Amino acid sequence: MNEIKTHRITCIVCPLGCEIEIKTKNNGEIESISGNKCPRGKDYAIQEITAPKRVVMSVINVKGSVFPTVSVKTSKPVLKKLIPKVMEEISHIELEAPVAIGDVIVKNVAGSDADIVATRPAPRLK
Amino acid sequence: MERGSYDTIVIGGGPGGLAAATKAKELGMRVLLLENRDMLGGIPLQCVHPGFGLHYFKEDLTGTEFIYRFIDKFEKLGVEGYTRAHLLEIELVSDVEKRLRVATPNGIKKFETKSIIYTTGARERHIFEIGITGNRVPGIFTAGEAQTMMDIYGIMPGKEILILGSGDVGLIMARRFALEGAIVKGVIEIMPFPGGLTRNVVQCLQDFGIPLYLSHAVTRIEGTKRVERAIICEVTEDLRIKEGTEREIKCDTVVVAAGLVPYIKILEKIGVTKDEATKGPIVNDHLETSIPGIFTAGNALVINDLVDFVVEQGEEAALGALEFVEKGGIPTKRWRRIVRGRNIRLVIPHYVSGERDVMIYARVSKPEENVKVRFPEIGKEVKLQVVKPAEMIRLKLKKEEIGKARDKITMEVVKDERD
Repeated sequence: MNEIKTHRITCIVCPLGCEIEIKTKNNGEIESISGNKCPRGKDYAIQEITAPKRVVMSVINVKGSVFPTVSVKTSKPVLKKLIPKVMEEISHIELEAPVAIGDVIVKNVAGSDADIVATRPAPRLK
Repeated sequence: MERGSYDTIVIGGGPGGLAAATKAKELGMRVLLLENRDMLGGIPLQCVHPGFGLHYFKEDLTGTEFIYRFIDKFEKLGVEGYTRAHLLEIELVSDVEKRLRVATPNGIKKFETKSIIYTTGARERHIFEIGITGNRVPGIFTAGEAQTMMDIYGIMPGKEILILGSGDVGLIMARRFALEGAIVKGVIEIMPFPGGLTRNVVQCLQDFGIPLYLSHAVTRIEGTKRVERAIICEVTEDLRIKEGTEREIKCDTVVVAAGLVPYIKILEKIGVTKDEATKGPIVNDHLETSIPGIFTAGNALVINDLVDFVVEQGEEAALGALEFVEKGGIPTKRWRRIVRGRNIRLVIPHYVSGERDVMIYARVSKPEENVKVRFPEIGKEVKLQVVKPAEMIRLKLKKEEIGKARDKITMEVVKDERD
């Protein structure tokens, strides 16, 4: 009923790497946060427990350029649980050179609200 | 001789070299850059992950985005450069004249220069350097090779991958493999602590549930037509194998991320003095080596954590080359030696002049908390909450501070005794 769940995470806001302990109730409500040495650690812990986000990076095949791939990333961090869906969605794409850094390859990828943007140019082979 | 003499020739078109060459051009020098690969950019071309540029550009960029800022600047400034140009030999004619023999697609070329900025980066430590025996079967790659395959050529190196070494390179590759659908069986680390940044342990391993085996070593790799398994074991505090702890991990691929070593073969050939701690050249505060007019920067000088430090060093070397060319040498009233004290494994530069402010880069031997970095001869102290071997200490010594020292400045890490 009133079960308390304990989560342990390592803070990555600064090089200290505090071990933070977060206790949550059944309904997901945060009961307590301890082990952090600064308020930024608390914010990080809340983010990590409620909706952890990461930038995703990969490469996409491209035809007609120097290298056979362009590198890409999400334009902002996406929810961690969406990462497999993001990877699946971009795995079928094949591009045609030229591609420039910053080109949007997929808008709102996997409904994450982030775009997939190119991070390495693929100039057309002469 | 090709088109007269240069003020400086930069060897290597990675981040250190591009930063040095663009800075030299901005300073009005006659500069040439030689790169042996097909294109400029070096290793960041295959670094598709973020975390680059936080210091230098105050932005979080991928390695590819970071390096294209420099490639674009290089092209915009119209810096002279050759790709597919391989340095064969440096001939020291005099302190202010060097001749280079360079292999190019159009045959051997000779260049003449007053100074050289040597930014050839690092090589990866190989499996034979870390005492692994077994079968020499396909499926063993260095981390850099695997990264080139996957993130430049789009080819997965394997399906079930074991990574050797928990430095940032190993951790970042673990995440890339996992993201692309491979099963990462684990990361093996011989030391009792991870070699890479905490943020990478969290985001690259914990995020994907990849086990990290601390105080473990791989002793054998076995297989017939392809890697089939690796034999791992626990190690003692003094890194000896613990008998009876051997066990096998099934995998088809072993990726070796056992660290980097400055790649300075040609400098060694001409007699540049090496620091056994960094495995790079001994340098002064303009990053000039023991041979006058030969400067170095980036991973050829010392293995850096961040590309931001590499480009900072490249620009410093260009300033050094300018002073060398203008004055025929790097003048000082007195060189002070930087001496390694307690818990300092390595420190750059080795000599400081007191003529200018100097950025000090250092690495500790072991992790410690609540410490002071102390320079007793000049009465300088900096408090740090934590020091780790994986994270370089970078701090500035002002020229007035350096001026207080007679012939040496010790750098040491001591416990901060608080009340």
